[in-house]
Amino acid sequence: MANLKAIRIRIASVKSTRQITSAMKMVSAAKLRKAQDKIVRLRPYANKLHEILVNLSQSLADAEVENVFARKSAPGKILIVAVTSNRGLCGAFNANIVKEAKRLLADKYYDQYMSGNVYFLAIGKKGHDLLRKQGLKIASEYNALLNDLTFEKTAEIAGKIMADFARGDLDRVEIIYNHFKNAAVQILTTEEFLPVETAPAAGKQGPPADYIYEPDSESIMKELIPTSLKIQFYKAVLDSYVAENGARMTAMHKATDNATQMIRDLTLQYNKARQASITNQILEVVSGAEALKG
Amino acid sequence: MKIEILTPDSKVYEGEIESIRVPGQKGSFQVLKDHAPIISTLDKGMVRIIDEAGKELIYEIDGGVIEVKANKIILLSESVK
Repeated sequence: MANLKAIRIRIASVKSTRQITSAMKMVSAAKLRKAQDKIVRLRPYANKLHEILVNLSQSLADAEVENVFARKSAPGKILIVAVTSNRGLCGAFNANIVKEAKRLLADKYYDQYMSGNVYFLAIGKKGHDLLRKQGLKIASEYNALLNDLTFEKTAEIAGKIMADFARGDLDRVEIIYNHFKNAAVQILTTEEFLPVETAPAAGKQGPPADYIYEPDSESIMKELIPTSLKIQFYKAVLDSYVAENGARMTAMHKATDNATQMIRDLTLQYNKARQASITNQILEVVSGAEALKG
Repeated sequence: MKIEILTPDSKVYEGEIESIRVPGQKGSFQVLKDHAPIISTLDKGMVRIIDEAGKELIYEIDGGVIEVKANKIILLSESVK
């Protein structure tokens, strides 16, 4: 009988867990859609900016624009931006980032790591905790950013990194994040943020339109390069945020399915036990009656 | 003239207008119908739009860039209020 009761309690507990996971799945789905909307809204801006940049680079032809963000030097000081999430329950989302960061340390920046010149910038509490546990140097953390992700706040962080780079305090900046492919698939991406690849490949888009440039094409170019870098940074963080919610949605979907399966198994077990106990009781009654007769 | 004012977070304004005055880096200038194609960077300041109904709209931008081409204006700014 005790066994019966134990199973009943377990069924109840799994049922309430299933309720929670399925609610979390709904929440993630809603957040995912909202985050995707943000990417859609960013797109016209990013596209237009790119168009203007291509246009400018065509009119500049071969004239090299001096660009502090393209400074290529021996990689001395490295900053790795690890974009993770503030909350867990999203599968291997955060662990993958840390794994990739460690791989980067072992393969690409081993010497710099040994001489203690690799710093981390954590966006997301989970990654921050995991990196700290590994004993890695964390220069700064911006975990609050993910609570309210806007371009302005993200651009501020990107601006700080860019200023450090321009000053020569950093020689290379890498971003590690999860790229959103679909709700179930995240692609781990490592992107070299700084230095930038010089001059975007001039596309063949016919003769450039006859624009008046004010003040002149070179200054506009200089003005727009930081903006486009900030956009790139924002895109990466936003991408990761979308991927996070996708990952959580999938993880919670699986958890809900598992809970359903578990309830089914437990119910079967419960019914078997119940049947067995009824059979036992009948046997007792019958044999008791037999004994009286005799 | 058609105009779109875009920030990375949203589309602030889209519509038909009569004229727009923007804080260009070399000084404020106005764009009317059939303006020559221009790309200009903008300083922090006010953008004044007169829409088709003659109503004046004012936005405060934090720098940016404007492109005018064939009566189509696109204003990109990192932040618009």
